[in-house]
Amino acid sequence: MTQLGRIYLLAILIFLYTPILVMMAMGFNESQLYELPFSFSTRWYVALMDNQQLLKAGMNSIIIAVITAVISTCLGTMASIALSRRTFRGKSLLQLLLLPPIAIPWLITGTAMLVFFYWSGIGRGMHALLIGHVALAIPYVVLVVGTGFSTIRADLEEAAMSLGSTPIHAFFAVTLPLLFPSILGAALFAFAVSLDQFVISYFLATPGYSTLPVQIYSAIRKGFTPEINAISTLLLLGSMAAILIFARFAKPGDVRDKR
Amino acid sequence: MRSDAILNDAARGSSDPRQRRPIPAWVATTALLLPTYGWLTLAVLLPLLTMFVFSFMSATPMGKTPIVFTLKHYRAFIDQPYLINIAWTSLVIGFWTTLLCAVFGFLAAVALARATVGRMRETLLVLLLLPFWTNGLVRVFSWTMVLRENGFLDGVVDMVLPDIGSISFLYTRYAVVLGLVHGYLPYMILTCYIALSTIDDAIIEAAASLGARWWTILLRILLPLAAPGLISGAVLTFVPVIGSFMEPRILGGKVGVTMGTVIEDQFTQAFNWPLGAALSFTLLAVVLAIFATFSGVLRRGTTA
Repeated sequence: MTQLGRIYLLAILIFLYTPILVMMAMGFNESQLYELPFSFSTRWYVALMDNQQLLKAGMNSIIIAVITAVISTCLGTMASIALSRRTFRGKSLLQLLLLPPIAIPWLITGTAMLVFFYWSGIGRGMHALLIGHVALAIPYVVLVVGTGFSTIRADLEEAAMSLGSTPIHAFFAVTLPLLFPSILGAALFAFAVSLDQFVISYFLATPGYSTLPVQIYSAIRKGFTPEINAISTLLLLGSMAAILIFARFAKPGDVRDKR
Repeated sequence: MRSDAILNDAARGSSDPRQRRPIPAWVATTALLLPTYGWLTLAVLLPLLTMFVFSFMSATPMGKTPIVFTLKHYRAFIDQPYLINIAWTSLVIGFWTTLLCAVFGFLAAVALARATVGRMRETLLVLLLLPFWTNGLVRVFSWTMVLRENGFLDGVVDMVLPDIGSISFLYTRYAVVLGLVHGYLPYMILTCYIALSTIDDAIIEAAASLGARWWTILLRILLPLAAPGLISGAVLTFVPVIGSFMEPRILGGKVGVTMGTVIEDQFTQAFNWPLGAALSFTLLAVVLAIFATFSGVLRRGTTA
């Protein structure tokens, strides 16, 4: 039985990774029309270095992901402090309000943002993308940091205060260092969420300012060369790296409800 | 930092040079929460409200056409019967994707929980979940490499059975479902695994020692006990799938017309924002109804 279970898991892994590996391999295939047999070449990566449109979109993606990670981690951590450590009325309603960005299909959120940003004069482009990405990342940050909070004993802070520390000093000297791995994990998570976001970006990008997934999508629709495989490979490796580092800090398999 | 802590502060008086007048607890709480909820209001709640208003407008308020408020877009399913077919297609795709994810994901979670231990289990779990957190668009694009004519699949088939010809099924609904299953399977594995990992081994040992065969254990013990995880996973798969648009576009081609692609068209091609908004809100109503139905299970299940 154990043997059968392991073979089954192997089959699932093959199903999950085969298309990704095929896509990556095709980025190293000489043929422009993805013809087999395979002949190794780095010409598409060389061509990519000259593709200003894709490179610029890639740069935009990274910049937006970094800013999103910083803003959403700050705001989300603050909210998480209040939601984890304080008691007040309407708390469960506020926790419920974190769900729409995660639970409502992004198509609906994205088109709603498009309509509102147009109507209110906010418009589209980089600032609109940032507003959207931060909103999508905040709930994940609150969740990850909240999980971190649940592993720290609240009375440590009180002990520090009874020894003469101010509440603010106690937080920065005691709780924050203990919380640091979770906060770092949350930041990496927010970075990955933003880097991988396509649907929202698709509705908020302009022809002059778009992100990598939006560029990849329009290339897929309009006709493409293995350059797209090359840049997609880099994008996948980037987000996989972010998530694997996150896994070291926050253990994603350990997301059991601890609240 | 409850009120007693603040009292302590006050009692310590001015001996501490850092001592200032304590901030009232509600001010601090509000200050901590305001940025996040202000941001969410601006980026999510106000947009949804605006779109709700737009869904009652007679035309997109861009040109000079006078705008009147109307319910006609919510009658679209009656006025344009082809939408019924499209909605049905979306539901069928959602059903098959969810069913296949549930079957394969549950079995994978069982295998993970029962057939692996320690570091091997941790590694496998990370490997199984990793694709979920990579770019969904790129993963869908990857399938076009496998499924296209003379693609990877045809290459493998040609090697094994040279006479069979192309079995490429890119640009069919099967391809759409396959791509969606690939996208959401890791999530189903996670929710089922979380539910299964809380089951006491002693129950299974007891059943086995009383003579239960493995399929009895699977169907009579593991399946009912993992039901919350299975339902959470099913809801969290079905909801995004019926709102998906790039998977049907890329893998379905001409047959990949779903509610998602129709809504996208209204905003990017047809510029009929009010109709798009009304269809979005119809979809949102379905989504909320699903969440309301399963809210109890979802709360007990996972918060991931």
